[in-house]
Amino acid sequence: MMENIQATLNERASVTPNRTIKMKTEKVTVHYGQKQALNGIDLEVYERQVTALIGPSGCGKSTYLRCLNRMNDTIDAAKVAGTILLDGENIYDPDLDVVELRARVGMVFQKPNPFPKSIWENVAYGPKIHGLAKTKDELEEIVHTSLKKAGLYNEVKDRLDEPGTGLSGGQQQRLCIARAIAVSPEVILMDEPCSALDPIATATVEELIDELKQNYTIVIVTHSMQQAARVSQQTAMFHLGDLAEVGDTEMMFSNPSDKRTQDYIMGRFG
Amino acid sequence: MSTFTIIAIVLLIGAIGATLGFRRGSALRAEGGRKPHSRPVYHASYVFTWGVIPALLVLSVWLIASPILNELNVRGDFPEGAVAEANLTDDLAYGIVESIGSGLRALPESERETVTAETPIAEAVPLFRQYGVPVASASADWMIPLAIERNAFQDISRWAMTLVVIALAAIGTFHGYRGIRTRLRARNKVESVVNSMLVIASSIAILTTVGIVISLVSESADFFARVDPWTFFFGTVWEPRFAAAGSGGAEGQFGLIPLLAGTLYIGFVAMLVAVPIGLFAAIYMAEYASNRVRSVAKPLLEVLAGIPTIVYGFFALVTVGPFFRDLSAQISGLLTGDYSAFIQAQSVLTAGFVMGIMLIPFVSSLSDDIITSVPGSLRDGSLGLGATRSETIKKVVLPAALPGIVSALLLTASRAIGETMIVVLAAGVAANLTINPFEAMTTITVKIVQQLTGDLEFTSPQTLVAFALGITLFVITLCLNVYALYIVRKYKEQYE
Amino acid sequence: MTDTTATGAEGRTHSSTNRRDIGIKKRYAAERRFKAYGIFAIVLGVTFLCILLWSVVSKGYTAFFQTEIQVPITFSEEILGTPQDAAENETKLLMANYPQLARDGLIRLLGIDPEDRQAVTAANGLISQGVRTELRDIVMSDLSAIGTTQEVWLYASSQLDSALKGQYDLNVPENRRPISDLQLRYIEELEAKGAIAQNFNWGLFTSGASSRAETAGVGVAIIGSAYMMLIVLALALPIGVAASIYLEEFAPKNRFTDLIEVNINNLAAVPSIVFGILGLAVFINWFGLPRSAALVGGLVLTLMTLPTIIIATRAALRAVPPSIRWAALGLGASRTQTVFQHVLPLAAPGILTGTIIGLAQALGETAPLLLIGMVAFVADYPDTPLDPATALPVQIYMWANEAERAFQERTSGAIMILLGFLALMNLTAIFLRRRFERRW
Repeated sequence: MMENIQATLNERASVTPNRTIKMKTEKVTVHYGQKQALNGIDLEVYERQVTALIGPSGCGKSTYLRCLNRMNDTIDAAKVAGTILLDGENIYDPDLDVVELRARVGMVFQKPNPFPKSIWENVAYGPKIHGLAKTKDELEEIVHTSLKKAGLYNEVKDRLDEPGTGLSGGQQQRLCIARAIAVSPEVILMDEPCSALDPIATATVEELIDELKQNYTIVIVTHSMQQAARVSQQTAMFHLGDLAEVGDTEMMFSNPSDKRTQDYIMGRFG
Repeated sequence: MSTFTIIAIVLLIGAIGATLGFRRGSALRAEGGRKPHSRPVYHASYVFTWGVIPALLVLSVWLIASPILNELNVRGDFPEGAVAEANLTDDLAYGIVESIGSGLRALPESERETVTAETPIAEAVPLFRQYGVPVASASADWMIPLAIERNAFQDISRWAMTLVVIALAAIGTFHGYRGIRTRLRARNKVESVVNSMLVIASSIAILTTVGIVISLVSESADFFARVDPWTFFFGTVWEPRFAAAGSGGAEGQFGLIPLLAGTLYIGFVAMLVAVPIGLFAAIYMAEYASNRVRSVAKPLLEVLAGIPTIVYGFFALVTVGPFFRDLSAQISGLLTGDYSAFIQAQSVLTAGFVMGIMLIPFVSSLSDDIITSVPGSLRDGSLGLGATRSETIKKVVLPAALPGIVSALLLTASRAIGETMIVVLAAGVAANLTINPFEAMTTITVKIVQQLTGDLEFTSPQTLVAFALGITLFVITLCLNVYALYIVRKYKEQYE
Repeated sequence: MTDTTATGAEGRTHSSTNRRDIGIKKRYAAERRFKAYGIFAIVLGVTFLCILLWSVVSKGYTAFFQTEIQVPITFSEEILGTPQDAAENETKLLMANYPQLARDGLIRLLGIDPEDRQAVTAANGLISQGVRTELRDIVMSDLSAIGTTQEVWLYASSQLDSALKGQYDLNVPENRRPISDLQLRYIEELEAKGAIAQNFNWGLFTSGASSRAETAGVGVAIIGSAYMMLIVLALALPIGVAASIYLEEFAPKNRFTDLIEVNINNLAAVPSIVFGILGLAVFINWFGLPRSAALVGGLVLTLMTLPTIIIATRAALRAVPPSIRWAALGLGASRTQTVFQHVLPLAAPGILTGTIIGLAQALGETAPLLLIGMVAFVADYPDTPLDPATALPVQIYMWANEAERAFQERTSGAIMILLGFLALMNLTAIFLRRRFERRW
């Protein structure tokens, strides 16, 4: 197990040295009713890097991810406190609108959730609601580029008007990524994007993530350590609502400082 | 012996058998040796079943068959030509014989003997009337012997039935009791009887539908034998004259079109009111409302569904209708100076509007179910892209829920078409063919009620037309319902 | 926003996209409008409900009070005959001129000259024609009353009743209202004497149909409805539960059970009037059951209520977790035992709730009852379910067609009674659900 991860790390290009902070959270706590789900998380997310959030199930990593574009707003019982900064700006600031925020911080969900519309409609949906394309051609352009960026274009170019729900699981998930890209967000949040996929589809999506980090800041929740090791530059380990450890992925897997991280990496729980 | 007494005796025999069966079962258990298959309570039920069920089955068959046999027998004895001579049909003649028969039964013992087969009818009828049994004037002398014969048949049949049924109960009980032994699988036997009763109970739903179809089809076939289906389905004039039965020719016209138009028009107005209100209410409750608002608003709207339609009808009649009429008078007064109402108190608008109010909760609760069953992941997907709530609802949730909502609307439309009491009180009875919603129109259901209340003659087209209207109504709503239920099923499967 | 500190040089490239115009203002305006439509729709629905209830209650609450006039009645032997005569010849006593007793009493009370025809007619118009039965009942129950003078509360006529309840506009010219100036003066006199009062209208709950509003009541209709509800309960509950048990617990998945399913769902949506046609054709025309009988009404309503009960019962059975069944089966219970001894008791509250709601539906149903002849003038209580009877909603329907103002009031009153019963049933259902609801 350890050898596997080590091997993966060694294969990878070294971490870019100069990094800009894209998002920053200070003392973020979340309550679901009486229950506290996150206890004061401080974390920095760097621009054009992949940050992986790992940890055993129920540790709060998805909850944390949903804070970053305020998806927790949709859950009545959830109460978020603390500061979350995007480019130094508090995302809970009344001046910053949630719709605007989500246009900048996109999200890909655990289960592929294409809309029951055509592939083309799925991708065009975001640009349409935000009015990003002035003309039909521009919209066409956005759809095609997004599908290309998501590595799906060649597979679906002949059947753009077929329903998105008819694609295979991996294709659906890439469609969802294309849909997110089409809005040209700055940050893409991914909530266990491969957990519903088979290994081959997973590999394709992982490659895609690796490519996407050229242009986007990515935060990915995963419960597969290998995946974290394969795709991320920074890893944050969550445990029971606490941030147990955070650091360069390479460092983390080779030399975890926290006991809980050690246990997790050794496969003691999770 | 009255039927109730017979049933009571059968049950009593069964109960005695059950007690004995229980004892026997317990005794088997006490004897030791091999343990009996079933517990004593099943032995008791086993004996009871044997005693009661065959007896009651025979009883019910007998009760149904005996009057039929009696009628056949009496009809066979009708003197040749006498029925035609009195200008009667066989049915009517038998009806008179029946009433003479019950007249005879109403007489006290002493006077009954004075009426014999030779008594002229003119003497007997006043006697019957004195004891509260009227007999039709078309009665004839030859009917009295037949009535006596009928009564005798009835008496014999009842005695025989009493004997046979009670004997059967006793034999059955005895047989059941004799059958009890250690290895008897009483429980399984009782359970299979229970099981078949369950099957019978669930076939009642089918029997009901069959009953509806047969009654509608047979009576409307009778109607279509008298009135050309073409003139019924495509006739534009509804004017059934209430001519005397059997006087062919002056039967009036039975055009369905004005009624169908009224039905659809009123239903359309109702949907115009109910759909936007119900749909928006459902959307608000499913997507926006907090739990507290929902827990208050939903039951309040559902109260509307619990109010009987007759109350809506009255509301339309005394409140909404006059309100529209006065309102229109005011409006026309303001515009032209002439205070004459252009909306009639009974109008398409009134009936449709009130029906719309009634339908709001149907639309809202059906759509609410449908909207909430759209998976949350789709909402998340849209919100995660930065769509507002209303954009998410309009562009993702509603399109996804569309089939379900369509079927909800179809079910609502079917209810609007079949609604009766509101239109009876608020739509009027004049079969107009108009496009002015301020005038009165009438509906299929109103005409069914109108043709089937009052004196009925199952031989005149004026009565029978109601069945033709009924079958039209049934077919229309059946299609809407079945199609709607089919869509819902498909829709539910999609998200399960 | 692009100048914030945390962003470095590279951040700026992205920041140019931050500014892109995504039409926030317009979109939020649309959002607010959309939300407002929703709120408006709900408010509109609730407003309709309030108007409906208010319209019924405001018109109907007065029906629970009935104006009565206290008149000294002399049960004169001249009119009734001596007690001995009366004992011998009941018919004479039955046919005696009771209205005259009332008239004489009233003109004495008002001090009117018996020769003044106009005044006598006006005074007579104040009391109900229903006094005939009212006074007759007094005499028939106690022959010794003959020859005495008693103070009796008599029903006022519906015109007087309506006038006192403010239902007539008394400012219009005399010939355009149903109550004359002279009568108004008499009313004032009676009021001054304290001989006129609005008492609680028990008659509304006990009387039967009547062509005079003041003596009409829903008592007979309530009994008719009660008979039908009993029949529905006795038939629909066992049949419905049995059918649901079969479909939910035993039925194999095949064509036949599929057909039953579709059937039940469809029957639940068949217009109620079609059930009326079924009742008329099958129960009355073929089986020869009597028209207007509560039995036929009960059978028709049973068939209508069955789908409701079956759907509710199946939901209740389905809500019992399979683990309960496995537990019982695992101990060696047969399937029948499992269902009847474990599943059914656990589902009972749900079944009961569904049944009550089904009964409430049946109680308010009118259309099918019209077709089986329950639109009948029934003044006497039915003794058996085979006697002519009427039902509460049908009574309402018949009164709604009466033009008289006093009947409109009674119609609303009857509706209040009906809604009262329905509210009671539904509240019971809600209470049962709250009290016994089990969460697995």
